[in-house]
Amino acid sequence: MTVAIDRATGKRSGDRGPRPGLGRRLQHSYQKYWYAYAMITPVVVVLGALVLYPLGYGLYLTLTDADSLNSARTIGVNEIEATYKFIGFDNYADILWGETAYDRFWSHFIWTIFWTAACVALHYSIGLGLALLLNQKLRGRTFYRLILVLPWAVPTFVTVFGWRFMLADSGIINSALDFLHLPTLAWLEDTFWQRFAAIMVNTWCGVPFMMVSLLGGLQSIDSTLYEAAEMDGATRWQQFRYVTLPGLRSVSSTVVLLGVIWTFNQFAIIFLLFGNTAPDAQILVTWAYQLGFGQQPREFAESAAYGILLLGILIVFTSFYRRWLNRDEQAAI
Amino acid sequence: MSTTTVTQSAAVDQAAPAPAPGPARRRGERGLARTLLSHGLLTVASLIALFPIVWLVFLSLGPDKDDYLHPGRIWSTMTLDNYSFVLQETNFFDWLKSTLIVSLGTTVIGVMIAATTGYAVSRMRFPGYKKFMWVLLCTQMFPIAVLIVPMYQILSELQLIDTYLGLILVYCSTAVPYCAWLLKGYFDTIPFEIDEAGRVDGLSPFGTFFRLILPLARPGLAVAAFYSFITAFGEVAFATTFLLDDEKYTFAVGLQSFVSEHDAQRNLMAATAVLIAIPVSAFFYLVQKNLVTGLTAGGTKG
Repeated sequence: MTVAIDRATGKRSGDRGPRPGLGRRLQHSYQKYWYAYAMITPVVVVLGALVLYPLGYGLYLTLTDADSLNSARTIGVNEIEATYKFIGFDNYADILWGETAYDRFWSHFIWTIFWTAACVALHYSIGLGLALLLNQKLRGRTFYRLILVLPWAVPTFVTVFGWRFMLADSGIINSALDFLHLPTLAWLEDTFWQRFAAIMVNTWCGVPFMMVSLLGGLQSIDSTLYEAAEMDGATRWQQFRYVTLPGLRSVSSTVVLLGVIWTFNQFAIIFLLFGNTAPDAQILVTWAYQLGFGQQPREFAESAAYGILLLGILIVFTSFYRRWLNRDEQAAI
Repeated sequence: MSTTTVTQSAAVDQAAPAPAPGPARRRGERGLARTLLSHGLLTVASLIALFPIVWLVFLSLGPDKDDYLHPGRIWSTMTLDNYSFVLQETNFFDWLKSTLIVSLGTTVIGVMIAATTGYAVSRMRFPGYKKFMWVLLCTQMFPIAVLIVPMYQILSELQLIDTYLGLILVYCSTAVPYCAWLLKGYFDTIPFEIDEAGRVDGLSPFGTFFRLILPLARPGLAVAAFYSFITAFGEVAFATTFLLDDEKYTFAVGLQSFVSEHDAQRNLMAATAVLIAIPVSAFFYLVQKNLVTGLTAGGTKG
């Protein structure tokens, strides 16, 4: 809500100038920075200890052949020293163009990209559609809104169990298909339908967030803009195209970015829906987890290398996304 | 020169009340057909949103573990036995305790540490500010796969596997930047004049923050707290990997353990799921509106 108001006044971070009466304080700018740095210190320390150090350690692991057989471990009272050794970039080379690279990495990569694109497109379009419907003067719209938020309100690991009951071989969905004389589907066994089911469940879980965010965006669009458009004889479609969409731009760009990141990293839905039973429906995140913790021996180094690759993909994507967003605007962050 | 504070007019605008819901376009012009279509679409969407949950609740009332295959039977044999079994015979309360310790621990640490940072990035333009914001955003996109292996190694070296503290520390790696980001969005909506008034009265930036801004930001703090709470509450991957003892399981892990432990007793799983979902969902409804505002505001504003 604050976003669009900010846009309406045309203020951007780049427009900030020195304010009158600040001269004295500017003289002590060093003092002010000191305060700022002191205030962010706790977070910097926590991020350093809990994110950067593990990340560095993980990077180091990817350059070794560590697995659960040669890492330091304790069996009973015996402490066994780590015996893994440094092997350079072999892990990456093996993952990206080793003998079975397609089966292990690229097939999952393609599916992950497809999964992310399909889910975010569905989240966004359905979310926008529902937000537009809810943004009308309509009897009972608060009621609809409360119900439509429900998939978001219930923890994912709970709802996925509900879906598993429904998708089971003789669950309600197949019973309904049977009742309609349609073929029943092996939702949790056949690769195509596994993927279909995963996208379906994730869409169901992800739409409410988009809907509520976009509804907030819609409500902050100045209604006089629509009046003006109507005066100029704009059709409904033109109003949507030239007033609504630009008005939603800042909200959209944020929720799409968050949606891509969340969907790309969506662990719980696929992990809980299939467990270890669906190698072909695993996206890269769950696949990396399976390498590191879902099998014996645990391939720590390879799993970590997957992790680093995933992070690389996301950072590259985000940089391009921001550059694309900012092509005609000053960077927001 | 890029020192403090955002322009005043922006701050004033942000403090202004939200525009009245519902655009003024096409007043009274909407045809009956369109209204009916809207209601139709919304009803269908509501049914889709509602059905999996209702179905879960319905199945939880069936006494037999195979009732999910024969839902028709449940009508005549409906019972609350599953619930009493789950509450009395399983580790439900152990799991509740673990979940609360881990989630509340994460929440308290996350919010406490993040608050000053959120304030600093909201009000001060210090050198390195943009890079810092970028780092905060980057930590949001860490796939669990990046940290899970090194975290596992580090925690096992520190003997923190299968402890609450270990899990709390892991969750803080996401909760802290998340809260900082969210709180920044909230602090941005508090008029900057308040800070100035505090400064004029001789308060240091710390004094301004603790005495003036923090009390005003209570709703924002609540939202950040709730967000980190449900994030920790619903996390699956780390909890599955780092907790070994089934009395220490969080709900997310405990629910999975039903599959093996109770021979896929789906009726009990459903009852447990419902028991977990009710309080969280109820609480969620209280704060849901603020959640989105906080998140998108934090994300889009400089």
